[in-house]
Amino acid sequence: MTERSSHSQIFDVAVIGAGVVGCAVFREFVLAGARTIILERDADFLNGASKGNSGLLHTGFDAQPGTLEAKCVSDGYRAYCEIHERLNLPLRKTGAIVIAWTDDEAGNLLAIVERARANGAEARPVSAAEIRSEVPALNDSAKAGVRVPGESVIDPWSAPLAYLLQGIANGGAAWREAEVAEGRLCEAIWSLKTGAGRTVKASVVINCAGNYGDLVEAIARPSPFRIRPRKGQFVVFDKSAAALAGPILLPVPNERTKGVVVSQTAFGNLIVGPTAEDQDERRLATVEDSALAALVAEGRRILPALARHGVTAVYAGLRPATQFKDYQIEALQKERWISVGGIRSTGLTGCLGIARHVRELYEERFGELPRPRSVKWTPVPNLAEDRPRAYQQNNRSEIVCHCELVTAAEIEAAFEDPLPVATLGGLRRRTRCMMGRCQGFYCTRRIAEIAAGRIRELPQAAAVSRKDA
Amino acid sequence: MRPVVIIGAGPAGLTAARVLRDNGIRDVLVLERAAAGGGLPRHCGHPGFGLFDFRRVWTGPAYAQRLIEAARGVEIMANATVTRIKPKGRIEIAAQAGLGTIEARAILIATGIREAPRSARLVSGARPWGVTTTGAFQDMVYVGAMRPFSRPIIVGTELVSFSAILTARHAGIHVLAMIEEGDRIVARRPLDLASRALLGVPILTRTRLLRINGLDRVESVEIERDGARSMLACDGVIFTGQFRPEAALVEASPLTVDERTGGPAIDSAWRCSDPHYFAAGNVLRPVEHSGWVAREGKSAAHAILKALDGGLEDIDSATTLSVEGALRYAYPQRLLWDRGGITIFSRAARAHRGVLRLTAAGETLAMRRVSALPERRLSLTVPGERLRGKRDAVIRLD
Repeated sequence: MTERSSHSQIFDVAVIGAGVVGCAVFREFVLAGARTIILERDADFLNGASKGNSGLLHTGFDAQPGTLEAKCVSDGYRAYCEIHERLNLPLRKTGAIVIAWTDDEAGNLLAIVERARANGAEARPVSAAEIRSEVPALNDSAKAGVRVPGESVIDPWSAPLAYLLQGIANGGAAWREAEVAEGRLCEAIWSLKTGAGRTVKASVVINCAGNYGDLVEAIARPSPFRIRPRKGQFVVFDKSAAALAGPILLPVPNERTKGVVVSQTAFGNLIVGPTAEDQDERRLATVEDSALAALVAEGRRILPALARHGVTAVYAGLRPATQFKDYQIEALQKERWISVGGIRSTGLTGCLGIARHVRELYEERFGELPRPRSVKWTPVPNLAEDRPRAYQQNNRSEIVCHCELVTAAEIEAAFEDPLPVATLGGLRRRTRCMMGRCQGFYCTRRIAEIAAGRIRELPQAAAVSRKDA
Repeated sequence: MRPVVIIGAGPAGLTAARVLRDNGIRDVLVLERAAAGGGLPRHCGHPGFGLFDFRRVWTGPAYAQRLIEAARGVEIMANATVTRIKPKGRIEIAAQAGLGTIEARAILIATGIREAPRSARLVSGARPWGVTTTGAFQDMVYVGAMRPFSRPIIVGTELVSFSAILTARHAGIHVLAMIEEGDRIVARRPLDLASRALLGVPILTRTRLLRINGLDRVESVEIERDGARSMLACDGVIFTGQFRPEAALVEASPLTVDERTGGPAIDSAWRCSDPHYFAAGNVLRPVEHSGWVAREGKSAAHAILKALDGGLEDIDSATTLSVEGALRYAYPQRLLWDRGGITIFSRAARAHRGVLRLTAAGETLAMRRVSALPERRLSLTVPGERLRGKRDAVIRLD
């Protein structure tokens, strides 16, 4: 490490893509002592597939046993449980119930229990009566179910943010607006040209480019996998509805999708989603009124009392699906390249397991990494309902966002180094401001004032003068 | 223990505070979650406030200032958020100094209203910056001196939608069009017709917003008019109206919520289902102008005065009202028998001419012919005596 540090321009590892997977891989390599840089094409991190998921930490009970995904999800679950306290990340073990609504589905429950056992996850059958007593608001036509106690709710944005920040605090470099346009491997050193005209040199490249994975892969070789983004739309109900679901309510999965989930969020809302729609567009995930209305209807079918609760927010995310079901992770020795592709829906849980797996692949192919003597832990601000929040502190700053109870100081802190927020979406995910039921009705102006020109989209003060009137 | 705590320092809360002070109630506390009192009128910089309650016409901020001055002597705690309503007049607050619990003999809920944002309307498309509500737009323009966009469209034709046009004009913002799904505009008042003629904004009725386009900012919208689709380049979308009570606190409390109004159900003495709680103003239902809301605050304050003296009627000596026919909602939801003349306020879901009728056990207790519009308040008065002993009554518009 010391010898290499003197070649300050050459990194051991360049990670392309700062989504959940990239951030976890970045952290893993920094903490293992590699000189590591992470390159993100967008103005903010976590701006692609990672911004629109369901916020669940899966046990992996329903994964195909023996697959890389099953291993990484199971490892990732354990790793999150080990580190979440030190990073101040929430973990609500609500448990889940897979619910059979038809006799056919009920016939599949035993297979679900057996698969869970093969995956090392706890699961047991529950009767309709047990389900009803646990979820009194549930539609009473449930036939039977499987209880999966380990399934949990986490904060889907703070977790990868914490990985990224811990990587930076321990010496990693992070660049934004650094789309890797081309790269050349010359004498065992990659030169990556980024969109901003800066060049990064690294001895190994790790492709964590999510929905752009196959395009980035083409820098090293013809991509063996092809990304076809799968869109998932979600509807968020107000906090008053959250108590209707205790555990996460899952359908019996089919071949293509895990189906529509009803779950509390770490922030105390209730989500219903996702849909599963394949599309070619890699960047833009639109919401569609018909799909949203169908989700609302499905939510009300599962929990009839949802009819009394309003929709707070809607969103859509793109999952980097490929023609394969399993993760596409491969280390290419000659190309000095590791592909991490097709992390299509379990990335939030799997990422820490993926990171370890990728590091092990690296060490097999490219040599052991030195372990640094000490690791800095960098707790992130808590946004979850079940842990202390900033608005509850004595002598707090003003509450700016009243729906999500976000203080001015929390918004201000999001602009601080080492990772100042750059986009409105980033600010929303970092602080939860404008994410609540009023969607900015009460707070947009105040947030724009605090942002004071630091977020491109938001208007600046003093653009309207008396003269205009 | 406080005698009275008021949640919300808008027109209803501040007016109630003033009336309580004038009647010798000391130690009234008004809790306001924003940095200053005044409520939503603070955001609305054009004239049109005060006529109903002060017999003068002011801008929103001037009116808000007047409400605060008129309540001088009453403690207004700003930056204080009520986080929980518990049984029997106990509330939890997150004040700037820290968390606390407050107990009061009577608590008035006057938390007001907000507009339905894009998400609650399930509109298709991308989710770029530039999509907002009238309230946020006015706050940006009048309080923040900001110009969030320069060529927006306005969705909706309620009274507030025309207020959005005035706001745009103030900021030098050119409204490209105002769109309305119905056959005619919702608002029907002289002011609106005047601004319509004066401001020259094309109003497209029978027009639906299909989709919002744009990655970071709004770039265009797709609309459908009489079955024909077209694209309209614009950089903002202002969703106006479709108000709903700001009643999240109530929804999470043991108090009964009326699904039709979206606010707490009250009796004809402004009491919620727990008699320690009262409610007034726009939290009761969408939506009334500030002067009307202030009058409700005053009336609720008088009911609270009576309650403090122990003179309020038994909460169970009341008829429960249900709503049928072409009505959207009606309140108060419980009609006290000892109240003298009780006026029931309601609104129709859409334009409708017909008979508004209150019946109980097949007997008509009051009726009148009405010409209803969605933004027109309908009232029907019944002597409380005629309700005595009747557990249920129905108000309907046919």
